[in-house]
Amino acid sequence: MSIKTMRDAINEALRQEMQRDPTVIIIGEDVVGGRGGSSGAEEASGGAFGVHAGLIQEFGRERVIDTPITESAIMGAAGGAALTGLRPVAELMFVDFVGVCLDQIMNQIAKFRYMFGGMAKTPVTIRTTIGAGFGAGPQHSQALYGIFTSIPGLKCVLPSNAYDAKGLLAQAIRDDDPVVVFEHKMMYTDECEVPDEPYLIPFGQARVSREGDQVTIVAFSRMVSLANQVADKMAQDGISVEVIDPRTTSPLDEDGILDSVEKTGRLVVVDESNPYCSMASEIASLAVCEAYDYLRAPVVKVTAPHTPVPATPALEQAYIPTTTQIETAVNTVLGIDSPKAATG
Amino acid sequence: MNLDKSTLLEAYRQLKTIREFEMRMRLENEAGQVPGFIHLYCGQEAVAVGACMQLEDKDFVGSTHRGHGHCIAKGCDVGDMLLEIFCKQGGLCNGKGGSMHIVDMNKGMLGANAIVGAAPPIAVGAALTAKTLKTGGVAMAFIGDGASNQGTVFEALNLASVLNLPMIFLYEHNGYGEFTGADYHVGGGDIVGRAKSFGMPGEKVDGTDFFAVYEAVGKAVERARNGGGPSAVEAHAMRFFGHFEGDPQLYRAKDEVKKLRENADPIKKFIARVTESGQVTMEELTAIDSEVLAMLDEKVAAAKAAPEPPPEALYTDVYINY
Repeated sequence: MSIKTMRDAINEALRQEMQRDPTVIIIGEDVVGGRGGSSGAEEASGGAFGVHAGLIQEFGRERVIDTPITESAIMGAAGGAALTGLRPVAELMFVDFVGVCLDQIMNQIAKFRYMFGGMAKTPVTIRTTIGAGFGAGPQHSQALYGIFTSIPGLKCVLPSNAYDAKGLLAQAIRDDDPVVVFEHKMMYTDECEVPDEPYLIPFGQARVSREGDQVTIVAFSRMVSLANQVADKMAQDGISVEVIDPRTTSPLDEDGILDSVEKTGRLVVVDESNPYCSMASEIASLAVCEAYDYLRAPVVKVTAPHTPVPATPALEQAYIPTTTQIETAVNTVLGIDSPKAATG
Repeated sequence: MNLDKSTLLEAYRQLKTIREFEMRMRLENEAGQVPGFIHLYCGQEAVAVGACMQLEDKDFVGSTHRGHGHCIAKGCDVGDMLLEIFCKQGGLCNGKGGSMHIVDMNKGMLGANAIVGAAPPIAVGAALTAKTLKTGGVAMAFIGDGASNQGTVFEALNLASVLNLPMIFLYEHNGYGEFTGADYHVGGGDIVGRAKSFGMPGEKVDGTDFFAVYEAVGKAVERARNGGGPSAVEAHAMRFFGHFEGDPQLYRAKDEVKKLRENADPIKKFIARVTESGQVTMEELTAIDSEVLAMLDEKVAAAKAAPEPPPEALYTDVYINY
């Protein structure tokens, strides 16, 4: 056990799974970097966010495969390789790039098993990055996991910390179904205790990140840490907030979420995605449809606005949900006008 | 090219099986027995048979929406195919795929595919498996002239070239992408030239000539097996029917198909060649015809009589574990 960044935790999961299973390969753009070019460098990037650092030295170019910039072919080849005996980990550098390869993910990989009447399996893991905060603008900052979650046949994983990132990725690689892992690009340097040995975190099991009994916050990915900050702060004011991190949106731990909502009777959902047809809408719908009798207040959704992600940091910060918005939402479901009133 | 008699008879059996299979499907479709769309392969039989006779079960094929011929040539069981086309329990996809998704992983059939141009990247992945696991296998993608314009095909060509994969890009130029002529929709007009620009050999052949296809694909497969990387073949063979069954074919001159049947029927050409050379007699071929027709009678009847998938099958096979 030691303190590791999320980047190192992911790297460790990849390394350990590749050591364990020789059919695991990595394929994507600049997953190593340095092919061709004039420097002769064996590794020029180790991935756009450095998560593959050092893997080329251990596993070689046969298993850590740099491709051209060719997302459809990467996803298609990963799907075809998975159908025929490999266990590829394909990287979609930014989730925004799904626009040029959605067919291979949605119509091919996700549907093979069903469309083929159960006669095939597609053990492919797609790792991709999500999230705003880099000033990277409208085409490199989205949180599009809702689109994937809506597609039957895919499993969708959203780690909110380094510990979960390692265990969930290892599970994704060993899973015989296609799994998409959404890594928030602002979290690669987030640290926590991460065991050195391999471990698995099962899908469909929400984590209770903070225990409480007055308000439930369901939050995803980077929003979990914001929700935790709010819970910790409000606890000092005597307000007991429970934070639920579903960890996977497909399968979704509906029972875990409903148990918490039935206990607290109040729900805030925090989602960095755009609001329509989002996980925020889905969780709100779940609570209304399945736990209506327990709700003591309308559900409040804290999401990004229905706009693209602006590049300018001034506007980008206004786009991303904030702890202030979350705190206000908690107060709203409690019927409290201002934080001061909470202690009264 | 000299092939032994048993190979010739097997080739003929496959050509004839595809032709009669499709003619039967046409009748069944007209009678309202077939769910969804079907796209017939008549006129192109020599492409599938000539190409797939160079392959083994360990080799993979990515197919198209016009996939019945590819499936038969790759060794899929005709009875199980019929069950699938009639969408019955026990079909190759248990009725969930239908005509445009027939698959048989045991035979290396990666699936017919209803998205035009989607199969080449998937076949490239199968070629990557063959190379990584050193199976000695190769992968082949069938690509229509219509699909040749899809970006996915160019991406697959480039990736196969960059990774030096054991891959064959088999363009089937049947003259039309849906209802639009290839003389309009192929920019530059030279499909295999596009593949060659990625640094691989490419050859144009008469796709109605079984022997020409067999020979060209044989070279490509040998090169792929020996680590030489990808190749492309462009086989020309016009389809005898529409894009789909029900297509009024307003884009074709009235006598086009009549002329094709006279001058560009791959089965007529095959018969002429093997009987004129004296290797095979008409009696031997006629005997195969009877066997094929009897086999289809039996298997079509069995497929039509087979049970539908049970209602609970709606929910199975979305995931292995969920």
